[in-house]
Amino acid sequence: MIEHSIVRRTLPHLFLVLAIVVIVFPIWLVFSASTQTLADVLDAPMPVVPGVHLLENYGRALLEGTKSLGASALTMVKNSLIMALGISVGKIVISLLATFAIVFFRFPLRGFCFWTIFITLMLPVEVRIMPTYKVISDLGLLDSYAGLILPMIVSATAVFLFRQFFLSVPREMAEAAQIDGAGPMQFFARVLVPMSRTPIAAMFVIQFIYGWNQYLWPLLITTKEQYYTLLIGINRMLAVNDALVEWPVAMATTLLAMLPPVAVVIVMQRSFIAGMTETEK
Amino acid sequence: MAKQYEFSARRLPYLLVLPQMIVVFLFFFWPAAQAMWQSLFIQDAFGLSLTFVGLENYLKLFKDPLYLDSLVRSFVYAGFVALIAMSVALFLAVQANRRIRGALFYKTMLVWPYAVATLVAGVLWMFMFNPNIGVLSYVLFKRFGVEWNYLLNDSQAFLLVTLAASWKQISYNFVFFVAGLQNVPASLVEASAIDGAGPFKRFWRIVFPLLSPTTFYLLVMNLVYAFFETFPIIHQVTQGGPGQATTMLVYKVYRDGVFNLDLGSSSAQSVVLMALVISLTILQFRFVERRVTY
Repeated sequence: MIEHSIVRRTLPHLFLVLAIVVIVFPIWLVFSASTQTLADVLDAPMPVVPGVHLLENYGRALLEGTKSLGASALTMVKNSLIMALGISVGKIVISLLATFAIVFFRFPLRGFCFWTIFITLMLPVEVRIMPTYKVISDLGLLDSYAGLILPMIVSATAVFLFRQFFLSVPREMAEAAQIDGAGPMQFFARVLVPMSRTPIAAMFVIQFIYGWNQYLWPLLITTKEQYYTLLIGINRMLAVNDALVEWPVAMATTLLAMLPPVAVVIVMQRSFIAGMTETEK
Repeated sequence: MAKQYEFSARRLPYLLVLPQMIVVFLFFFWPAAQAMWQSLFIQDAFGLSLTFVGLENYLKLFKDPLYLDSLVRSFVYAGFVALIAMSVALFLAVQANRRIRGALFYKTMLVWPYAVATLVAGVLWMFMFNPNIGVLSYVLFKRFGVEWNYLLNDSQAFLLVTLAASWKQISYNFVFFVAGLQNVPASLVEASAIDGAGPFKRFWRIVFPLLSPTTFYLLVMNLVYAFFETFPIIHQVTQGGPGQATTMLVYKVYRDGVFNLDLGSSSAQSVVLMALVISLTILQFRFVERRVTY
């Protein structure tokens, strides 16, 4: 714009590259550790250049897991995927339905419903740990997918985002649909939902990542290996005596846990940024 | 304005909001009410009887030096995390927002770590700084003679969890600052350049004030993040130790509830945390309202 000296033009690149190094370096180390033998990793300093045991380590992680854990990464990937999809799809479905009612119908408890959903923003799971655990245990949902998913599927953010979008839909469309003989639910399924592809995609990206990265809740309610998610598995692999940690396998699992959400962000970057910055309003 | 078209149906809207309402009441309101209720009781050691004690759990809490210590520490921690994560992100957003080659590449590279789980962030930093095998703790010792052991040293442990938590939050802040910077009219900045303002002055006098809504929003979100969402880092890296050095409020609720089975105190702590989130949220919305009206 105004300045033209070489220093001024190269400095931003320098800072940005430095930042990328700071971000990538720890991940590189984990990758490198996941391709070496345990002996190599333990012999400080660990080589920064990747070794040749990639297939072996990832194979063991996926099919067996560490000795102490008793769950393979394949099982845990499945659990993480079920939890992430259950939470993201669940949030989107119940939020779409509720928002449709709040925006397109006039009924006595409309304001009450909206504020009820709004207030959930102020009750993150961290502040109601023990009593929510009690509810799930009373319902017999400990160690189950329903228990992992259900308490997480309320989303004030999704309701806000969909509400904003629904309010921008011309009302004549609803009127026209009704004149053509379509009921409200037909309008919802055939017109409104297909029109909402963009906000739905944005919400999906954000909520998938949110679901995949859940930690405290699965930590509380899963005790059986068959329900461990990847993050719980990683924690358990590392929570043994330092001398017994199977670093290469644990680090391979860590990388596997990072891959899906990162891929989603990179592939759907545009939806993701739109979804994040839109809900701010 | 013309009358808004609405569907007329008596029962349908209730059916539509029903799933959401069931989940909200079952998993949000009921547990929150339970927490408030339980905070008024003391349970005996075997969980057999409850004694109503009024506000005693709260009074005990605020007389407990360990709790007060954890309260102060959490605020210091949250303040540092917000400060580091926001200032680094703002600086990088300003760099990436210049008309430079490869801006898109830089943005992508700085955005994707958003998807890295908080727990994984903890694992990454724990691995780099592991006292026995960590590459960076090795470098610290060999090059700088620093004896690094976050499992024994209080301030090293605090520093490590603060850095890991900030590292993870930079991407989130970066996305918002980039979006905010794109809304700053270039004409304003150019006009002030023509008036002879240097780059620093342009930034602090023009750009930064225009960014203030974004900055304020992020400040609240970063505090909420540091208080509530960094539990996995603490749980993974230090388990609140050494001693109490990294026992933040949420970790303490978890430990007192799950391991020490002190339900009364844990519930009282939950209610204090609720009050904290509620005040942060209200702060947020009062500000948003003001922004909308001016």
